[in-house]
Amino acid sequence: MSAALEQIHGVQLPGLSPVVASLERVNKNYGAVRALNGVDFRVRAGEVVALLGPNGAGKTTAVKLLLGLLQPNAGKVRVFRGDPTNPENRMRTGAMLQVGRVPETLRVREHIDLFSTYYEKPMGLAEVLSVAGLENLKNRKFGDLSGGQKQRVLFALAICGDPDLLFLDEPTVGLDVEARRMLWDQIRQLVRRGKTVLLTTHYLQEADALADRVAVINKGEIIAEGTPGEIKAQTAGKKIRCITSVSLGELRRIAGVTEVREDREAVEIHTAEAEPVLRELFARDASVSGLEVTSAGLEEAFLALTQEASKNGNSH
Amino acid sequence: MSTATVTLTNPQIRRSQAHTATIYLKEAQYEFLKNLRLRVYTLSVLSFPIMFYILFGLVLNAHEAIGGTAVPTYLIATYGTFGVMGASLFGTAAGLASDRGLGWLQVKRASPMPPFAYFVAKVVTSMVFSTIIVLALFALGITLGGVRMPIGMLVKLLGTLVVGSLPFSAMGLAVGYFAGPNSAPPVINLIYLPMSFCSGLWVPFMFLPKVVRQIALVLPPYHLSQLALGVVGAGTHESVTGHWEVLAAFTMICLGIARIGFQRDQEKMYG
Repeated sequence: MSAALEQIHGVQLPGLSPVVASLERVNKNYGAVRALNGVDFRVRAGEVVALLGPNGAGKTTAVKLLLGLLQPNAGKVRVFRGDPTNPENRMRTGAMLQVGRVPETLRVREHIDLFSTYYEKPMGLAEVLSVAGLENLKNRKFGDLSGGQKQRVLFALAICGDPDLLFLDEPTVGLDVEARRMLWDQIRQLVRRGKTVLLTTHYLQEADALADRVAVINKGEIIAEGTPGEIKAQTAGKKIRCITSVSLGELRRIAGVTEVREDREAVEIHTAEAEPVLRELFARDASVSGLEVTSAGLEEAFLALTQEASKNGNSH
Repeated sequence: MSTATVTLTNPQIRRSQAHTATIYLKEAQYEFLKNLRLRVYTLSVLSFPIMFYILFGLVLNAHEAIGGTAVPTYLIATYGTFGVMGASLFGTAAGLASDRGLGWLQVKRASPMPPFAYFVAKVVTSMVFSTIIVLALFALGITLGGVRMPIGMLVKLLGTLVVGSLPFSAMGLAVGYFAGPNSAPPVINLIYLPMSFCSGLWVPFMFLPKVVRQIALVLPPYHLSQLALGVVGAGTHESVTGHWEVLAAFTMICLGIARIGFQRDQEKMYG
């Protein structure tokens, strides 16, 4: 409601940060394929928003629209209340996109130097190297870097202009756990400086770890939006893991069980309420062992949301 | 949530002319450095015309003449054309096709880089490499081939060849916009090599079969090589303006094609 009021009157409601980037009822087609369908999406100043969805959901399309690299077929795209292709806007944004190949014969500091020149008030080489963890690599040629180091350079290029708004498209894809954690720390450092960040990812853990707000997108539509906690609460549930002789089919027929999955020698039973299911389980199998009962995490919430959306005709 | 002080109306961020000039300069500087360090590029673009010149102009035929012009002098004009054409085609097309196809150009487009700077940098880099090739041929011809040309003629020849490389930079942009990152080098060779041959850049024009000589009239390298030969006094006395007009028209057509590719690219999805 408040969002709609804001749209109509351009009113700044107290308590809400101003909107720095938005997609308003945006459609985007690639030929016959509708990549985004009636998407409404807002990024507010100072927050970290994660656009979470499986591959092909439309996340990269959304980012490219906000960067002015694509034009919508319907609806409006606004960045800093203006058109995203406006060059002045680009002075205040930085982007980390998925790239197949970056010029390999240029050194790290040369890449950063060139990109810094585009901006009005760049952060300065020393600081960029420090934030991106590249001090020891500044003279290395890009082609001689490891995968994780290359990602950090792309990150450095996104931040070198000291932008107000940062777009990170799948920033940790292909990285090992340690490299991913390092990049998360670097992103958190930036957020502490008051940057606004839009990050797309299919790593649920990443959205959970970094974002103030998550928008779940699937097949070109936003199917859920809220804090990571709110998303998880939408599909509140429990996960029972145990080793049992009861068959999968029989487990599924127990009242209240929403899903059963095999996990090596054990089974995972998803249910809204654990206790009735546990009673049934003990009744049928007295020798059940390796019992663990946990709250469903974001992963389960996500799967439930996307499966439910598919069932309700989300597919085209 | 922190109340970030973000001004939402677009502040008047206008770059000073000095800042813009710096961007263009750095873009060109790094483009040149990037190519210079790429051994594949420098070896093929620099060494082929030089090697051919040494072989056909200095080792063999050094004391022959073609239609009254000493071979080492004649071949500076033709291999100079061959060289600047290769430098321009490979300098622009291969890099552009690769940047487009692999997403790097999108990163640059998403940044505040003025789009024009990207293209200017590529063209300028090609012109610098063209200059290097021509100067190398001059050096070899003068020191080892007994080539004697007044300074004015050397300057005019260099200028003709370097300015004449622009149509091929334009052609490179056109090809680069429509080729994929892997197909660009072979496509360039498929155009570059037959065109060079039919224009008389390897076998001197007057020794080509008549049919081929007819074809040459519509080929840009023929016109550039004739202009270059004209400077050294070996031309066929056709109108100089006529040659430049053909090159200019060719440039316009290529830029038009490149522009179509540019606009088409605004919409294409990568990866």
